[in-house]
Amino acid sequence: MSLHAAGREPVLRLEGVRKSFGDTEVLRGLDLTVHEGQVVVLIGASGSGKSTLLRCVNLLEVVDDGRITLEGDDVTDPRVDADAVRARMGVVFQAYNLFPHLSVLDNITLAPVRVHKVPKAEATERAMAMLERVGLPEKASARPDDLSGGQQQRVAIARALVNQPRLMLLDEVTSALDPELVGEVLDLLRELKDEGMTMVLNTHEMGFARQVADTVCFLHGGVVHEQGPPAQVLDDPRQERTRRFLARVHA
Amino acid sequence: MVSAASTVLLLGVVVALVVTSPGWPRVRETFLDPHKAVEAFPAVLEGLWLNIRVMLVCGVLIAVVGLTLAVMRTVRGPVAFPLRLFATAYVDLFRGLPLLLVLFVLGFGAPALRLSGLPSSALFWGSCALVLSYSAYVAEVFRAGIESVHPSQRAAARSLGLSYGQTMRHVVLPQAVRRVVPALMNDLVSLQKDSGLIAVLGVIDAIRAAQIETALDFNFTPYVVAGALFVCLTIPMARFTDHVARKQGFHGAGGHL
Repeated sequence: MSLHAAGREPVLRLEGVRKSFGDTEVLRGLDLTVHEGQVVVLIGASGSGKSTLLRCVNLLEVVDDGRITLEGDDVTDPRVDADAVRARMGVVFQAYNLFPHLSVLDNITLAPVRVHKVPKAEATERAMAMLERVGLPEKASARPDDLSGGQQQRVAIARALVNQPRLMLLDEVTSALDPELVGEVLDLLRELKDEGMTMVLNTHEMGFARQVADTVCFLHGGVVHEQGPPAQVLDDPRQERTRRFLARVHA
Repeated sequence: MVSAASTVLLLGVVVALVVTSPGWPRVRETFLDPHKAVEAFPAVLEGLWLNIRVMLVCGVLIAVVGLTLAVMRTVRGPVAFPLRLFATAYVDLFRGLPLLLVLFVLGFGAPALRLSGLPSSALFWGSCALVLSYSAYVAEVFRAGIESVHPSQRAAARSLGLSYGQTMRHVVLPQAVRRVVPALMNDLVSLQKDSGLIAVLGVIDAIRAAQIETALDFNFTPYVVAGALFVCLTIPMARFTDHVARKQGFHGAGGHL
C-alpha cells in the first residue's frame, strides 16, 4: 500500500459511509481507500455489508451518510450524474446478469454504442477483441443461456472491461460457479491484476484472496475491522474477530 | 386411435340427439337454410371486412397506448408520481366501465359536441371507445411483463451507465414484451369479436349485416354465417398464437410432469 500512497489521488476513497435498510444498519461509518492498480479483497461473514459496499460505490444504493470519491470527484453529491459515474466503473455480479435476449456480442456492445457513443463497427471490433481476450471468440453470436456458467461470467467480465473502466467491482463472481469452472474465471482476474487493473472484489475464496489481493479487508460490524496484506490478515490476524471468522471458513 | 374413436362416438351421439329432437325440422329451416346462407353471404362478408379493418387499426393504437400507460405506471421515483397516478386512474376507470357504455357515451355524445376538426362518424368514435377500453387491459398485461423482468437486469444495465430510459428501451421492454406476446394475442382475438360492438352505433359490420338480412324474412341463417366467418378468422389466429408461444419456449414447462 505504501508503494501507491505517494501523494497521488486514490482511485476510490470511502469516508464514514453509512447505509441502513430499515432498522438494520449495514455500514456504520466505513472508511476505505483504493489506489491505482491496487486489488482490494473484502472478506467477512454473510450480511457483513460486502455487497452493500460495492452497490453503494456503484450508486445502485444511495448512502445515508459519508462521502465516496472516485478519482477525487465526490460521487455521493446528489447533483452528480449517476449514469456518468457508473460509466467509469465496471461491475461483475454473482449471477452474471447477462441480457438473455441479446447475443453475446450485443451484450458487450450495448454500453459502448449507447453510453459511450462508439460507432457500431468500432464497438463490434472492440467487443471481438475482448471476447478473444477472455477466450470466447467463437461464442459471439451465441445466446447467454447456451453458455456454461464460467463462460457467462467471462462474457460478463468482457462486457464490463470493454468500456475501459477505471475501477472494477466484482461481487462474489465465482460463488455461483461449479468448482471446476471457478478456475477459468480466477485465471482471468489474475491476468487483469497483472495488467494493472484497479479492482475491489469480495469473495469466499480465501486461496484466491491470498493470490491476488494487495490488501485484504475484513468487514465486521459495518466497518473495516482489520486490513493489511494477505499474509498478515489471512495467516496472522491481529483481531480476535478475524481469527474466529477465518477459523470458521477454513473448517 | 382411442382418442379418434371416442371423439367420433361422442359427436355421433350429440348429432343423433339434436337431429331426432321434435323441433329439429323447424330449427333447420330457420337457422341452417343453405339457400339463405348463399344469399346473405356477400353482405355479411362485406361487414366482416369492416370488422377486420377496425381490428387492425385499433390493435396497433391499443398496443401503443397500452405500452405507454404501462411504462408510465412503472416509472420509479417521487417526481414521476403524477404519471403513475394518471396511468393508475386511467386503468381503474376504463377497466371498470362496461365497453358498451363507453361506446354509447362516445358514439352519441362526442359527435354532439360538434368539435371542429374531428370527424363525427360513428365508425371513428366507436373505434375510439374500443381503443380507450382495450388500452386499459393491455396496459396491465404489459405492466405484468415489465415487472416480471428481474431487478438484477436493471442493475446490470444501470451499472454499465445506461440511463433509466435506455435501460427500459434496450433491456427491460424487449424481454417484457416477449413474455406477454401470448397474452396480447389473446386480447387481439377478443378485440376482433368486440369490434362487432360498434354496430350499436349504426355502423354496418358483419353482425349488423346479418341482422339486416334476417329482418327480411325472419330466417336466422345469416347469423350462423357470421358466426362461422368469425370462427374461421379466430382459429388461424389462435394457431398463430400457439406457434408464437412455442417459439418463445413455452412448451408447457416440466415436460411430462
